[in-house]
Amino acid sequence: MARQLIIGAGLLAALIIFPLLSPWSTVILTVALCEGLAALGILVLLRAGQVSFGHGLYFAFSAYVVAFMAAARFGHEVLILVPVATAASGLLAALVGLFVVRYRAIFFGMLNLAISMVFFSLLEKLFSITGGADGKRVPRPTLAGISLERAEFELWIFYITLGLAVLAALGVARYLLSPGGKALEAIKSNETRLEYLGVSSRKVLFGAYVLSGLLAGLGGAVIALVSGHVTPELAYWVRSGEFVFIAILGGVGGVVGPFLGALMFQIIRGYAAVYAPETWHAVLGVMLLVIIFFAPNGLYGLMTGRKPAGTGQ
Amino acid sequence: MSALILEARDLELRFGGVQAANGASLKVHANERIAIIGPNGAGKTTFINLCTGYLKPQAGRVFFGGSDITALSPRAITRLGVGRSFQIPQLFLENTVIENLLLALSARERTWSPFLRLDRHPKTEEMWALLDIVGLKDAGRRVVRELPEGMRKLIDIAVALALEPKLIFMDEPTSGVSSHEKFQVMDTLTRALDARATTAIFVEHDMDVVARYASRVAVWAGGRIAHEGTPDEILNHPEVRETVIGVGV
Repeated sequence: MARQLIIGAGLLAALIIFPLLSPWSTVILTVALCEGLAALGILVLLRAGQVSFGHGLYFAFSAYVVAFMAAARFGHEVLILVPVATAASGLLAALVGLFVVRYRAIFFGMLNLAISMVFFSLLEKLFSITGGADGKRVPRPTLAGISLERAEFELWIFYITLGLAVLAALGVARYLLSPGGKALEAIKSNETRLEYLGVSSRKVLFGAYVLSGLLAGLGGAVIALVSGHVTPELAYWVRSGEFVFIAILGGVGGVVGPFLGALMFQIIRGYAAVYAPETWHAVLGVMLLVIIFFAPNGLYGLMTGRKPAGTGQ
Repeated sequence: MSALILEARDLELRFGGVQAANGASLKVHANERIAIIGPNGAGKTTFINLCTGYLKPQAGRVFFGGSDITALSPRAITRLGVGRSFQIPQLFLENTVIENLLLALSARERTWSPFLRLDRHPKTEEMWALLDIVGLKDAGRRVVRELPEGMRKLIDIAVALALEPKLIFMDEPTSGVSSHEKFQVMDTLTRALDARATTAIFVEHDMDVVARYASRVAVWAGGRIAHEGTPDEILNHPEVRETVIGVGV
């Protein structure tokens, strides 16, 4: 825990300072934080041994809620848009969760993928409502009632997202140490014993699923604000796969891992897009192979020398 | 005779060509210590699985405290007050011993607050007392995966006891425990069961343990009870001596 705090504090300090030194990095870092939030949701599910290949659903749903509300000039305010869109995502996760928590392993993963792809198709096909593949523009909202210039707005959004990411990470860390968090790990370890403790593994997983939907939704709401545009691509399976990739890259041994993974992912993507624009997915693939073979506990594991979560260490 | 706590009535279960339960019936009264003995494959574990909801019988009923629990899930049966330990211990292997027990105590107390750290659980003292019962206080902070089977077996029992069940099924509770420690463990376990007024049914292959700790013995054969009686009656029964004690044990 102490190491996690040190790494987290170091990362936080770097993130606070960096945009002030390099203003060009503000949006990239905000995107990394958003993806880190979604990957944190994946981490929660991975603690139960379940992988979702469909969390782009919550990311996109929340982003579109922001887009619709902003376009309708309803609650055209960051402090309203973000909480409402995140809550809407949580609600959707609760509805989907009622169904998917009955399944485990590959069925859980593929059901999530299937539902997210249905949503992706709806976003693409319902052109008159969603704007189809072109997506929807998100007019820049006010922040605490103040209309800001783009650069100022992006900087403020970055720091707000950073604050939310810290709160989310601390909250998830606390949850994972609680009896409920340990019960979540128990689903992976021995669901039979959990049932024989009189505990509903479905309820435990349901709670974690809603939490992961909220985290992905929070990321999606912010990304809609900083990018100023939402497209169905946010719900596409590649996006969902990226969240899993980021979680594995960063490591699931601690809540800092997904954010480390998201930052590294953005760095790789940024450099690969410049130096290997046609093959950057191959670069990511090779990176993932290296992580799996040589650092199975991800970047976080490399930094702490920790074993994967749930080893009791 | 004290109150009837569990009644299994004519349980039937067939796996393909194997009749695992063949009209199995048993009445259990409060505070009894019933030992189930019999050769391997006689249907002893199947009977426990049927009574605790892991398996559903194709015919017959199970009553606990007068209520029909035949169709209930293991979770619902556990919540009614039926605990169990397993032939192969069912624990959270990646967690420490104390985490396993504290999770059981959380389940019993329904303490699921996300603001409570499991390692600062208000029932920590009770957790150490439970570990003391099975003589594993020193192993508390170790990860279960690192422990030998005999120790896991005892932790499995402690986890079941943590739920304060009215009735506990224990599947070979002392297997894997060294012979000189068996009586010590059973003595402490019996004291704990007495203190909690917990009725116990245990599958056992060690006839010394059966003779010393059972108040009644049920001999299983072919998926049902072949003989039933006091330890003295059963262990001196010629047929049991020949078919169970002579061959199976």
